[in-house]
Amino acid sequence: MNLAVKAVGIRKSFGSHEVLKGLDLEVAYGEVLCILGPSGSGKSTFLRCINHLETPNSGYVWVDGAIMGYALHRGALQELPIRQLRAQQSQLGMVFQHFNLFAHRTVLGNVIEGPMVVRGLSRAKTEARAMELLEQVGMAGKASSYPSQLSGGQKQRVAIARSLAMEPRVMLFDEPTSALDPELVGEVLEVMRNLARGGTTMIVVTHEIGFAREVADRVVVMIDGEIRETGAPGQVLSNPGDPRVRSFLSRVLA
Amino acid sequence: MTQSPPKPTSALSLPDLPGPDTPIRRLRHPGRWLSGITVILLLAMIGRAFAVGQIQWPVVGEFLTAGVIITGFGWTLLISACALVLGVVLGFVFGIMRHSENPILRFAAWLYVWIFRGTPVLLQLLIWFNIALVFPRLYIPGLVDERMVDVVTPFVAAVLGLGVNEGSYLTEVVRGGIGSVDRGQKEAAHTLGMTPGQTMRRIILPQTLRLILPVLGNSAIGMLKFSSLAATIAMGEMLNAAQRIYFINGAVIELLFVCAVWYLVGTTVLSIGQYYLERYFGRDTAATTSNRRWFKGWARRPAVEGEV
Repeated sequence: MNLAVKAVGIRKSFGSHEVLKGLDLEVAYGEVLCILGPSGSGKSTFLRCINHLETPNSGYVWVDGAIMGYALHRGALQELPIRQLRAQQSQLGMVFQHFNLFAHRTVLGNVIEGPMVVRGLSRAKTEARAMELLEQVGMAGKASSYPSQLSGGQKQRVAIARSLAMEPRVMLFDEPTSALDPELVGEVLEVMRNLARGGTTMIVVTHEIGFAREVADRVVVMIDGEIRETGAPGQVLSNPGDPRVRSFLSRVLA
Repeated sequence: MTQSPPKPTSALSLPDLPGPDTPIRRLRHPGRWLSGITVILLLAMIGRAFAVGQIQWPVVGEFLTAGVIITGFGWTLLISACALVLGVVLGFVFGIMRHSENPILRFAAWLYVWIFRGTPVLLQLLIWFNIALVFPRLYIPGLVDERMVDVVTPFVAAVLGLGVNEGSYLTEVVRGGIGSVDRGQKEAAHTLGMTPGQTMRRIILPQTLRLILPVLGNSAIGMLKFSSLAATIAMGEMLNAAQRIYFINGAVIELLFVCAVWYLVGTTVLSIGQYYLERYFGRDTAATTSNRRWFKGWARRPAVEGEV
C-alpha cells in the first residue's frame, strides 16, 4: 500500500470549543475515502485541516513525503514560509460546498488561472489542457460563460475541472453536492464517479450515503470530533458496531 | 327598476364569467397628468425669471469660449485628474494596509484616515500651500535639495491637498470593498497555491474594483467640483480665472454661469464614462447594467458577449 496522506493526532479548537479531538487517518494512493457524520461533527474542519485552510492546534498532516506547513527541524515543527505552504497546498485539489469560482473570470479563465499564475505555464498550453478538462466534466460548451450564468451543478463541475488543472495528487471534496438543487446532484456525482474510476485519490466529505456505498473504498464516520467507525462501506453502513454511528445511520437512511 | 353599478365586492357567479378574450381597460392616472403639468409650469416660471432677470446672456455666450476660461478649465481638468489618480493610489495602498496582518500598518492607515478625513479639505489646501512655513527646504539626501516654495507651487498644493484628502475617503471605500469580497474566493486561490500577493492582485482587487466603481465615479465628479477650492490658493483654474475677469468687468453672475456650464459639461461627460466603465467591469453580472435605464439609448449592445 502506497500512502498518499497520513494525518497524525489532529486537534482543532475554536475558542473553548474543541472541534477535532485528535484524529488519525491514512489514505492510500488510488483510494476513495468518504467521511460521513452528522452536521457539526467536524468533518469539514478536518478536511480543511488536511490542506491547511485551517491550521490544526496540534498534530500534523503528511502528504507524499512532506509535512503540510512545517519542516521538521531539530525535533520541532518549524512553520514554513507562506510561499512554500502554498506550493504544498497546490498538491491537494479542493472542491468547496459553495463552488467559490472566481466571479470575475470566465469558465475557461477559472480553469487556467492556477496553472498560469502558480505554475507559470503559457496561456496557449494551459488553455488546451483546460479545454480537455472541461470536456471531461461536460462543460466545454460553456467555456466563455461567467459563473453567474451557470447552474449550481455546472459551477461545481467547473470547480472540479479547475482543481484538476493543477494536477493534484489528492482531490478533497467538501460537501460538493450539499448546496445543489436535488436534480443537479446527479451530474456532479457522475463526474466524481468517473474520477474515482480513473484512479484519482479522493477524500470526500458528504451526506450522499448512496454515493459512499457505491464508490468509496473505505468509509469513515465522525461524531463529535472523533472517528467512531472506519471500514469498507458495506460493513460500516449495514452493520456498524458503534451505537451512536448506528443511530446516525438509521436517521439518514430512514 | 333602476340598475345599480356593479359592486367590485359582489360575488360573481360562474355562469356570468366573461370569456378569455374579454378586453382589459387600463386604469387612468389623472394625478400624473396634473403633477406633470404643475412641474412643467414651475420650470417654465423659473426659466422665464432667469430670462428676464438682470443677466446679460450675450456676455455669458461671449465668455463661454474665452481663452482664459478655456485655459482655466484645462487646469481644472488637470488638477482633478492628478488629484484623483493620487487619491486612488493612496486609497488602494492604505485600504490594503487596513487589512494587513501587521497591527502597526493597520494603525498607520487608520491614522491617515483619521487626520485627513477629520479636517476640512479647504483647511488642508491652505496648509499644503503654506507648508514652506514649516519646512523651508525640501531636502532628501542625494535626491532633492530645494526651497519648499519652489517645489510646492499652487498646482502642486492643489493636487496634494485634494488628492490626499480624497485618498482618506477612498481608503475606507477600498477597505470595505476588500472586506465584502467573499472569503471563499481567497480560500479557492490559496488551495490553487496562489501567494497572498497573487491572490490580492488577481482575485481580490479586480472584484473590489467592480464593487467600488460607482463610488470612484462619484469621486471623479466630486473632484472636478472640489478643484474649484484651489481658486483660494491662487491657482489659476477656471473659477479663479472667472473671478479675475469679473473683478475687472463687473459681470459677476455672467462669469459664474459660464463656470456652471463648463462644470456641468465636465460632470456629464464623467457620468457617461462611469456608465461604460461600470458596464465593462460588470460584464460578469448582468444586474449592474439592466437596472440603469437612462443611458439605454446609447447602450444597445448586450452586456455579455461571446456567450455560447
